[in-house]
Amino acid sequence: MSVRVQREDFDIGAETRALTAARSDIGAVVTFTGVVRAGGAGASLASMTLEHYPGMTEKELERVEQEATVRWPLQATLIIHRVGTLRPGDNIVLVVTASAHRGDAFAAAEFLMDYLKTRAPFWKSEIAADGTKRWVESRESDDQAAERWSRDAPK
Amino acid sequence: MSVKILYFSWLREKVGKSEEIVDLPANVGTVADVMAWLRARGPEYEEAFARPRVVRAALDQVHVQPTASLQGACEIAFFPPVTGG
Repeated sequence: MSVRVQREDFDIGAETRALTAARSDIGAVVTFTGVVRAGGAGASLASMTLEHYPGMTEKELERVEQEATVRWPLQATLIIHRVGTLRPGDNIVLVVTASAHRGDAFAAAEFLMDYLKTRAPFWKSEIAADGTKRWVESRESDDQAAERWSRDAPK
Repeated sequence: MSVKILYFSWLREKVGKSEEIVDLPANVGTVADVMAWLRARGPEYEEAFARPRVVRAALDQVHVQPTASLQGACEIAFFPPVTGG
């Protein structure tokens, strides 16, 4: 179980291998990678900058991870979140869950992402191709995605 | 009571600083009280906290509601809803 906040990119293959190395009790590994999109409607994105609350970010990610291990039987989990300035196509976040069976690994990965998006203290600002800056606003759909886990009975 | 206050994202930009140490009067007992007290400190604070309902807070690095009592917290942070992931 570990969490990392870093400026550098991550290698999904290397991270997954490190997580499962020398273990024979893992039957399913799920990875989720969040990537910077160039933008939908409106001006296209030049870059995105992520700031965070050092100290609280790590604690909050650990709390989210801890909650997942209470809900599902997980052999290993990893959360890596990048900060700093990123460009379209760059990786933002990696979540890896490992369990004996795929159902638990899939559910835990989705739970980690839904909770992370509404709890971990990160903020995105975007610079459009025309140079204008704006702070990304939170989405109600993210709150709803996280809320459904509190309605679900744990496992 | 002397506490450290942190500001993030557009709150930091509007207030014009990322952190400060302040002496809170004794009658400031909750997170909402701190926001009201800050608003009276100047136009930059007034603008940053103009819509208190969109401001989120943490006490000693734990999310709290505006009604939360300060209870001797050392660090208070104000920020917009988070947008990571």
